[in-house]
Amino acid sequence: MSKSRDALIDPLFNNNPIALQVLGICSALAVTTKMDTALVMSVAVVFVLLFSNLFVSLLRHQIPTNIRIIVQLTIIASLVIVVDQVLKAYLFEISKQLSVFVGLIITNCIIMGRAEAYAMQNPPSMSVIDGIGNGLGYAVILAGTALIRELFGSGALLDVQVFALASEGGWYIPNGLMVLSPGAFFIIGFFIWAIRVWKPDQVEQD
Amino acid sequence: MQGSVGYNLGFAAAVCLACAVVVSSAAVALADRQDRNALLDKQKNVLLALGLAEDGESLDEAAVAERFAPIDLVVISLATGEVDPAVDASTYDQRAASIAPDTSEPATENDARVLRVPHHALVYELRDDAGALDGVVLPVEGLGLWGTLYGFVALEGDLRTVRGLTFYEHKETPGLGGEVDNPGWKALWPGRLAFDDSLAPTVSVVKGVAGSVTEAPYEVDGLSGATITSRGVTNLVRYWLGGDGFGPYLDRLRGEA
Repeated sequence: MSKSRDALIDPLFNNNPIALQVLGICSALAVTTKMDTALVMSVAVVFVLLFSNLFVSLLRHQIPTNIRIIVQLTIIASLVIVVDQVLKAYLFEISKQLSVFVGLIITNCIIMGRAEAYAMQNPPSMSVIDGIGNGLGYAVILAGTALIRELFGSGALLDVQVFALASEGGWYIPNGLMVLSPGAFFIIGFFIWAIRVWKPDQVEQD
Repeated sequence: MQGSVGYNLGFAAAVCLACAVVVSSAAVALADRQDRNALLDKQKNVLLALGLAEDGESLDEAAVAERFAPIDLVVISLATGEVDPAVDASTYDQRAASIAPDTSEPATENDARVLRVPHHALVYELRDDAGALDGVVLPVEGLGLWGTLYGFVALEGDLRTVRGLTFYEHKETPGLGGEVDNPGWKALWPGRLAFDDSLAPTVSVVKGVAGSVTEAPYEVDGLSGATITSRGVTNLVRYWLGGDGFGPYLDRLRGEA
């Protein structure tokens, strides 16, 4: 079972889609100003990744090689539309804040990357585990980034005020950089640095 | 078999069919809930424009209904400004009416790029206990950069001062034109004068910083990086406050006072 364990655990830190492969950065910058949007986005990506890997893997012997990319994309796009519809029905406020970024999961390279690189060669059970693992790898970075951004940018966590804001008579002056996209670049940069100090084999040779 | 053109076409068709069934069943099954959410969101925006709700405040259906209690929904004829009792205000769908050929007409050419105007419009009148007008909310729409912005302009009881402006639906770029949703920017609107002394719609979104209400009563800060959206907001607000929009209705209300 260690192979399936690796498929699940490896993408968290050893082979993280954001930190090592540097994929999916666009949405990681856009939806991490607050924890709630980051978590909902993570769940959406895990869901899409799980099922796109499952269906691509189930069909991997039938998918004609020369149209495989467009078939993968059709499956991914359908899943994303379903997720978007569900969010609009059950989490309307958050879906408005996520705006285009739910739709842009379609173009998130992590998802096509896993379909093409993993699900096309591996059986469904392993592909599902790989999908969950990579989704969680994305979620770990998103949650970490959003934690820092919401805490230092708005003095709150999950909309609960942690630091009393100076504008409301408290002591904390929010860091404006944290709520802007460049703030996320710095934080993700620091994450990549930290992971590479911890696991030096990820450092690229010149 | 596999690799032949026929197989590829057949496979592609089968995948498309399966995906279409999944997508359309999700859309149909969830449509009711989505419509309810959209309606609630629209009502929340009416409250936001009037300052009866705050940005980010979460309100359920009961809370929205409660705050709607002092607000009258009124359907007016845009051409005359008179109330039209023949149209039921609680069920009137202005956006559907704007498209249907028998309930709308082509708009005269305008900067807001509004193509059709409905015969009737749904407005929200806020009246105090004595029945005097305290505020009015007008639905507005117009072209931004990527698509139509739909929102509300609220005026104070004097029918000259802006009370608030919100958009409940738009397709502008997040972070640029999408900043029309920024509570900080929306807070610049209340107190600005929508009309000049001769009652022509004058308020505009300018490039850069406009200044405080006393310094620049007719101007609002521009959205950086969103010139076309800013211009679109100016145009759509002016269009709907003008003679082709709610002009006749506002004139009638002014006459009443």
